[in-house]
Amino acid sequence: MSYIAVAERSLPRLGRVGTAAAFVALAIALMPVADFRIASHDPWAELARMGRGLLSPDFSAIGSLSYAAALTISFAICGVAAGATVGFALAPFYHYRPVRLFCICIRSIHELFWAILLMQITGLSAATGVLAIAISYSGIFAKVFSEYLDEADPRPVAAVPPKADPISIHFFARLPLALREIRIYVLYRLECGLRSSAVLGFVGLPTLGFELDSFLKQGMYGAVAAVLIIYYVLIATMRWWMRGALAPAYIAASIAFLATLQTPPMASGALSRFLTHDIVPAPLRNGDISELATWGRFWSWLEKLMLNQALPGLAATMIVAQIALVVAGIVALLGFPLIVRSLTGRIGAVFGHIGLVVGRSTPEYMLAYILLQVFGPSMLPAVLALGLHNGTIIAHLLGRQSTGIHQGLRADAPRGANLYFFELLPRVYGSFLALCFYRWEIIVRESALVGLLGISTLGFYVGAAIQEIRIDRAVVLLLVTMLATVVIDIISRRLRAALGIESLGARTPAGREV
Amino acid sequence: MSTDTAMSGVTQPHETLRFSGETFSYGRKVVLVDVDFSLRPGERVVLLGRSGAGKSTLLNAVYKKLAEGGARVSLVPQEHGLVPQLSIFHNVYMGRLDDRGAVYNLANLVWPMGSERRRVAEPLKIVGLDGLERQSVESLSGGQKQRTALARAIHRGGSMLIGDEPVSAVDVQQAAGLIGEVARRFDTLLLALHDVELARSVATRIVGIADGRITFDRSTDVVSDEDIDVLYRGR
Repeated sequence: MSYIAVAERSLPRLGRVGTAAAFVALAIALMPVADFRIASHDPWAELARMGRGLLSPDFSAIGSLSYAAALTISFAICGVAAGATVGFALAPFYHYRPVRLFCICIRSIHELFWAILLMQITGLSAATGVLAIAISYSGIFAKVFSEYLDEADPRPVAAVPPKADPISIHFFARLPLALREIRIYVLYRLECGLRSSAVLGFVGLPTLGFELDSFLKQGMYGAVAAVLIIYYVLIATMRWWMRGALAPAYIAASIAFLATLQTPPMASGALSRFLTHDIVPAPLRNGDISELATWGRFWSWLEKLMLNQALPGLAATMIVAQIALVVAGIVALLGFPLIVRSLTGRIGAVFGHIGLVVGRSTPEYMLAYILLQVFGPSMLPAVLALGLHNGTIIAHLLGRQSTGIHQGLRADAPRGANLYFFELLPRVYGSFLALCFYRWEIIVRESALVGLLGISTLGFYVGAAIQEIRIDRAVVLLLVTMLATVVIDIISRRLRAALGIESLGARTPAGREV
Repeated sequence: MSTDTAMSGVTQPHETLRFSGETFSYGRKVVLVDVDFSLRPGERVVLLGRSGAGKSTLLNAVYKKLAEGGARVSLVPQEHGLVPQLSIFHNVYMGRLDDRGAVYNLANLVWPMGSERRRVAEPLKIVGLDGLERQSVESLSGGQKQRTALARAIHRGGSMLIGDEPVSAVDVQQAAGLIGEVARRFDTLLLALHDVELARSVATRIVGIADGRITFDRSTDVVSDEDIDVLYRGR
């Protein structure tokens, strides 16, 4: 990843436009080494079949689909509730380095990776799905809640009697000030939880993703359309059915519903076998660890794993991530004017909104999966999926900001392209860069993940190791993924600081995501 | 806020606190220099001076020093330090947050106990907010918020009150009544006020602050109108 270090050193001199140009140049330089073959023999015919199916949704399996939809909601509600509870408890201690490191580590691994790891212990059960969401989300919640608490007005705390205990001070003088934002964030996260929960179906849990997967495999595109429509309706109507006062009832109902789930039995002692046997590197597990030769074998095991899997996987992950980041940026810049009414008109803005909502609520993994059916396994579906998903998220946020800006402009402000290039773009450009850098870390994490679909990023090797029941290898590869995400996070933060855009975009839930 | 402790004076037995020749700064900006100030039990001291002269800085320094020394001091800070999302009851209750353990406090946060509600009712009656204890502070007017902060200090009780413009947002008549009530309940007062008449009526001693220094510190009956006029005159 030396190119990143080079980019970073020269950055403060590059400025905001230069930095973006450097990222674009890097992406272009990576294009020749990226694998963009269209592997499927006739993608357009496949796309046409898919298009026809999507236009004639087939709801004949509505019974099993509503069951899957209910399970999708239940997994999301239980996972987010558990994650929020743990995050809530950790947030006041987030400024302690060990707590912060712990949270960074658990959230740098995608919930789908957690699911396939947990499956070794808890099998295809409700616990696997709930824990997968809860673990990665609790790390995110802890960070975001602690930021909200830090940003709260400090004056009430200063007015509290000095000898009051810290718990009382926290609950009386700090928490009430941040509660409103915490509530909004949890609601936003529930939307993400629905995405995660749907995607968990791709590894076998009985959510909407599972239905989507089986219909796609059978080429039943009408049924695929039905799944997608149900999913969009769930997300789009969430703000009406999810009410704060009803949350306890929803949580209770979700727990009760998940408890009825039939699960294939696991052999007893799965947890201890996982911890003491499965994840221990094979050479150490099979040899005598007091012998030097065992450590020699371990070293060559590690070296082989690094050279043959981790490094190629990491390189592919970074190639996908860097190109996808630039695609996301282009999608965002092209997409945000779509929802600014003064640019596209009233009707145009409605369609713009629909397009961006579909783009950002379709989970990147699902999008990559669908595109994979069209283009075959190469980096192309991954780059397109990550670029579209993340680009529409950024576009949505920039569009909302631009609408606000436009209302405050002078009456004789220019229109059309002049409005876009002279008034709007210069004003939102800082936020645009900030949001891109925020999403960068997420894109890297997701690039690793889409490997599970057969694209040569880190996830591919993780998936293969799990299939071969070589959990020890999977764990090492996941640690590499974790490290890559953390490094990108650090670089992104430095870049934002160097460009003076640290706080831009951070006020939005999606900007804060990780 | 940092205090130059090397020059700090020794508090005499009959004094609550003493600063001698101290400098107070806010961040890197020096706000008050060469401060000689003492406070004795039973005194009612009022600070006068233009806004930004350094009154709040001195009040905060006194509060900090007394609190560090473990004294029970009631405080009405300049911007009240209320929690807008909580009810009047809870904000007043917070005046005695250190008297009880976390479990008792949290129980009252979730469901106020009858005994605590009765105890809070009295200060609310004094400031004229009785019957409003369930209202959230964010829904109140500026004057009501200030009276909530006063009620919190009265609820806290003790022998000493430090107030930074504690009645600036209520009308003149009510202000005089509230200050009189406070003077009756607290043995020692240290207030910053902008109403000179009110200051003269309550204070046993008046301290004038201008241009980052204490310009006079005298018993109220020997403070002349000229002394006070100088404080508010343009530079």
